[in-house]
Amino acid sequence: MIDELLAPFQFEFFRNGLIVATLAGALLGMIGVYVVLKGMSYIGHGLSHALFGGFAASALLGVNYLLGAGVWGIASALMINGVTRRRLIGSDAAIGVITTASFALGLALFAFFGSAGTNFDAALFGSILGVGTQDVIAIAVVCMLAATLIFLRYRVLLFTTFDPEVAEASGVNTARVDALLMVVLAGAILATMQVLGVTLVAAALVIPASTARMLTNAFSRMLWMSCSIGAVCGFVGMNLSYHLDVQSGPAIVLVAATLFAIVFVVTGPAKARRRLPAESAGRA
Amino acid sequence: MSGARGERLVELREVSCAYERDEVITGIDLSIDAGEFVGVVGPSGSGKTTLLRTIAGSVQPVGGRVQRRARLRVAYVPQVETINWSFPVTVQECVLMARVNGRRLPWASGAEKHAAAEVLARLGIEELGGRHIRELSGGQQQRVFIARALLGEPELLLMDEPTSGVDVRLRHEILHVLEELNDEGLAIVLTTHDLNGIAAHLPRLVCLNRTVIGDGSAGEVLTPDVLERTYGATMEVLEHGGMTVVVDRYHRHDHGTAADALREPTVR
Repeated sequence: MIDELLAPFQFEFFRNGLIVATLAGALLGMIGVYVVLKGMSYIGHGLSHALFGGFAASALLGVNYLLGAGVWGIASALMINGVTRRRLIGSDAAIGVITTASFALGLALFAFFGSAGTNFDAALFGSILGVGTQDVIAIAVVCMLAATLIFLRYRVLLFTTFDPEVAEASGVNTARVDALLMVVLAGAILATMQVLGVTLVAAALVIPASTARMLTNAFSRMLWMSCSIGAVCGFVGMNLSYHLDVQSGPAIVLVAATLFAIVFVVTGPAKARRRLPAESAGRA
Repeated sequence: MSGARGERLVELREVSCAYERDEVITGIDLSIDAGEFVGVVGPSGSGKTTLLRTIAGSVQPVGGRVQRRARLRVAYVPQVETINWSFPVTVQECVLMARVNGRRLPWASGAEKHAAAEVLARLGIEELGGRHIRELSGGQQQRVFIARALLGEPELLLMDEPTSGVDVRLRHEILHVLEELNDEGLAIVLTTHDLNGIAAHLPRLVCLNRTVIGDGSAGEVLTPDVLERTYGATMEVLEHGGMTVVVDRYHRHDHGTAADALREPTVR
C-alpha cells in the first residue's frame, strides 16, 4: 500500500508537478482571500480566460509562454482594473468584454494557425506532464514575490479590501493597491495555469478562501487557513490525479470542493446561529 | 488630540465636485475651525457625503480650492450601511486599521494593541476586542468605527449619517459620545437627515443643497425660508420648551385637499 502511494515519487515529472501543485494551491489560496472578500471571483475566472489569448499568441509567435502570456495577462489585469474603477458601465460587463474577447482571440489563433505543438487540452484543463524545472522556479518566484508583497503591504491590503473609501481618506492610494493586486493575481494565474488549466484556476482561487471563511471570523486566520487549505488540496489532488489517472486540474479542484462541502455541512448551523442579527439591536 | 480652539482647520472656497460629468456640489464656501461641532443637513442627493469626502481629501474638486492646515489629521467614519458586515474582521483588527501607515509588519506591536485597548475602553467597549463586528449591537458597531477613527488621533472627525436608521436611545447614546469628544476639543462634522433629533442640538448647522443655503446656529438657519430653499418643501419651525422643532407638512394631492393635509402635520 505504502509502496503504491510512494511509487509516483520516482518520476521527476511527478515530483515537479507535486511541488508546483502544492505551491500553486498555497499561492492561489492566499490571493483568493482578497479576491473573494472583494467580490472579485469573476475577475479571477475572467483573467484566467484572458491569459489563454496570450498563451495562444506566444505559442504561435514562438516566444516563451510565461513571457508572452505574462505581458498579455498583466495588460488585461490592468485594463480590467481600470474599467472596474469607472462607474459608467458595470464591472461585471466590462470584465466579460475584455476577458472573453481575449479568450476568443486565443481560440481563433489556434483555429487559424494550428496549435504549433502546444497541448490545447493541457492549457485548458492542466497537466503535470509538461511541468519542468522552469515551471517550478517560476511558481517559486511568484510565490515568494506574492508572499513578500502581502507581508509588507498586509495593513494596506486589509484596509483597502475592507473599507476602500476610508482607506482612501486615510491616505492610502487604493487605485495603486488594486492595480498591484491585479498584477499579482495575473502572475499567480499564469504560474499555475500549467497544472490547473485555464478553466479551473478560478476554482482553486475561490474554494480555499471560501472554505477558510466558514472556519473563522478573523482576517489573519482566514489568510493562513486559506493558504494551508490550498496547499493541502494541491498536494492531495496531485496524488489522486496520478493514482486515478485523471487530469491534475480537475483532481485538485474536486478535492477542494469536497473539503468545502464537508466544512459547509459541519459549520453551517453553528455559523448560522452566530450570525443571528444581534447587530440589529438599536437599528430601525 | 485637537488644535487650539478657533484655529482654522479646513477652508473651502468656491469648491465644485463632480462624478463623471455630473456636478454634485458647486460654489461651496465653508470653513471648519478647531473644536467646532458642525451638522450638515440637506435632502438626499444634496451632496452631503461628497462634501465630507472633499473635506477628507478622498474627492478632488473640479473647481475652487480646498485648504487644509498643514499636517491636519482627519478621520472619516462612513455610513454603517456601507460596511460589509460579513467581512472576517474582529473589533481589534478593525480598530487597528487606523494604524495603516504605522510599521510595515502585519501584526500589531504591543504599543499599538495598548493604544487600541485604551480607545476601546474610553468608548466603553474594551471587552469586545476579540468579537466579530457582526456580533455587536448597533451602538457598539458605531462605537467601533468611532474608535478606529480616534486611534488615528484626529483633529477633525468626519461622520456620515452616524444616526441613520437608529432608535431614539441609540441616537442619544451616539450624540452623547460625540459631545464628550467635542468637549475634549475634537472638531466634528457630521451629516444627518434628523433635523429635530440631531441637527437642532448642534451649535452650528450647514444647510446644503448642492451649494450652501444656510450656515449658522440652529436658530439662524432652521427657518422656514432656509428650509424651503434647502428641501424644496414647506416647513414650519416651532419653539417648544426652549427647543427648535421643525414640522413638515405633507400635501396629499390624491385623497384630499391641501387644506386637509395641513391639518395633519408630521414632525421630522
